[in-house]
Amino acid sequence: MPELLEIKGLDARYGDFQALYGVDMTVSAGEVVAVIGANGAGKTTLMRSISGLIRNGADMVRYRGNAIGALRADQVAAQGVALVPEGRLLFQSLSVEENLIIGGQMGRKGPWNLRRLYDLFPILEERRNVPATALSGGQQQMVAIGRALMSNPDLLMMDEISLGLAPVIIRQIYEALPGIVGEGLTAIVVEQDIAKALSVSSRVICLQEGRVSLSGKSGDVTRDAISRAYFGV
Amino acid sequence: MQTVSRSTPLSRAAMTVLLLIVVLMAAAPYWAGRAELRLLGEVFLYLSLATLWNLLAGYAGLVSVGQQAFVGLGGYGFFAATMLWGLSPLAALPIVFVLGAVISAPVAVLIFRLRGAYFAIGTWVVAEVFRLSFAQVAALGGGSGSSLPSAIVKQLAEGRDQREAVAYWLALGVAVAVVGAVFLLLRSRQGVALTAIRDNELAAKSLGIDIWRTKFTVYVATAALTSLVGALIFLQKLRISPDAAFSANDWTAFVIFIVVIGGIGTVEGPIIGTLVFFALRETLADLGTTYLIALGAVAIIIMLRAPKGLWGLVRGKRGLELFPLSRRVMGQGD
Repeated sequence: MPELLEIKGLDARYGDFQALYGVDMTVSAGEVVAVIGANGAGKTTLMRSISGLIRNGADMVRYRGNAIGALRADQVAAQGVALVPEGRLLFQSLSVEENLIIGGQMGRKGPWNLRRLYDLFPILEERRNVPATALSGGQQQMVAIGRALMSNPDLLMMDEISLGLAPVIIRQIYEALPGIVGEGLTAIVVEQDIAKALSVSSRVICLQEGRVSLSGKSGDVTRDAISRAYFGV
Repeated sequence: MQTVSRSTPLSRAAMTVLLLIVVLMAAAPYWAGRAELRLLGEVFLYLSLATLWNLLAGYAGLVSVGQQAFVGLGGYGFFAATMLWGLSPLAALPIVFVLGAVISAPVAVLIFRLRGAYFAIGTWVVAEVFRLSFAQVAALGGGSGSSLPSAIVKQLAEGRDQREAVAYWLALGVAVAVVGAVFLLLRSRQGVALTAIRDNELAAKSLGIDIWRTKFTVYVATAALTSLVGALIFLQKLRISPDAAFSANDWTAFVIFIVVIGGIGTVEGPIIGTLVFFALRETLADLGTTYLIALGAVAIIIMLRAPKGLWGLVRGKRGLELFPLSRRVMGQGD
């Protein structure tokens, strides 16, 4: 039985600039893996490489045993990989509800539909006809997460969902996380807030300047090891 | 119990009025004079061009300034099919539609390599290439063009009045078909996908939307319909020349004017824009160059005062829609 996601020797580049060097990472079905690291360490590049927004060697990323590293983003998404992108990237001319509906446009079967989502984030139902970008930052983040969930993914990747939000809002969003992954969903969470990342995940990997500097069980890694992996001192 | 509804009392009333207007317009050959009929026919053809350009630029984000390539291709295709291949005018129309689709597919492959301003310029270059190429075809009159022989025109109908009526109904029919098709497309899943691509390509891609294929489909469908409209334009004019067929002024500048003042990215915008454009043209056209200056001034004022066009101004914050596109979830109390 292959792992859900297997990354081996991933070198990702933007033109001449290489952002990731030989990254290895595996994610088993049903677990939550946190990816931490300083700004510019390559976290977002890693997310974009998995989701096909950056295309690499086919064998560098395997999903359910299939080589997907060279597929286009829409082909990767069709296999059940959803990304909540950094900065949310909502569709500003669509309403809250239309943003959610478009997440479901591939028609993958699964537990998530508008009703379930509105139960998870009731505020979105109240504001369903409002243009998505007229919401507060936290509510927009809920739309971005909801939009990804509507595609009924098997692997959900969340890139810095707490960026620019007030601590109380961040707590609210993270409180919804168990209800999301409880469905047997596998998740990768990219986080700057290390304590938050460790508390929601079962395993953690730390990136530093494009390389994996630490990887282990979230309960086992010490603060000291993380500081070293984070800052490279 | 919740249901998703898209219509509102206003949109239902608007649809009823629209239906009545279409019926009234269909009866125009029985109540309008020859000059009015020609004018109305032209209104419907411009409405079709504007609706198609709006789909391309306002929804798919493909800002083309070279749609005259397909107006001219349609016109020349129609003349070639009737004069050279001996088809009847009515049989030539579907041929022109297919021709537009077939020719536009490789053009799309070529110009989709360009983005933004480069894409716009690329479309213009393609239109110029078409114009220069058709000017080389001696069988269609070369650079000076040719007229549709009266024997072919007579195949449409015997009397002049009936002919004008048939040409008018074709123009009305294509306008209804184009507006209806664009409306249905935008209501479909592909329509929401199109809007999403325009807003943010990166997010749309990661949600599983095949950007290239969606844009390609829209481009080819728009080109095929624009070619059909081009055939009807030159059926009405009965004469074609490269400069008239591939005129950037007539088939792109005026069309962009219509869409921008009406409201880009709305179904209602091109309709309102067409009415405003013809109202200005019919009242100011005698003034010569002053007319074009007036058009320019109107465009500038509207772009400054109401960047979302006249319909954007009417629609305002309440989100009025005559063509119901938004979805509204209705609770029990609604």
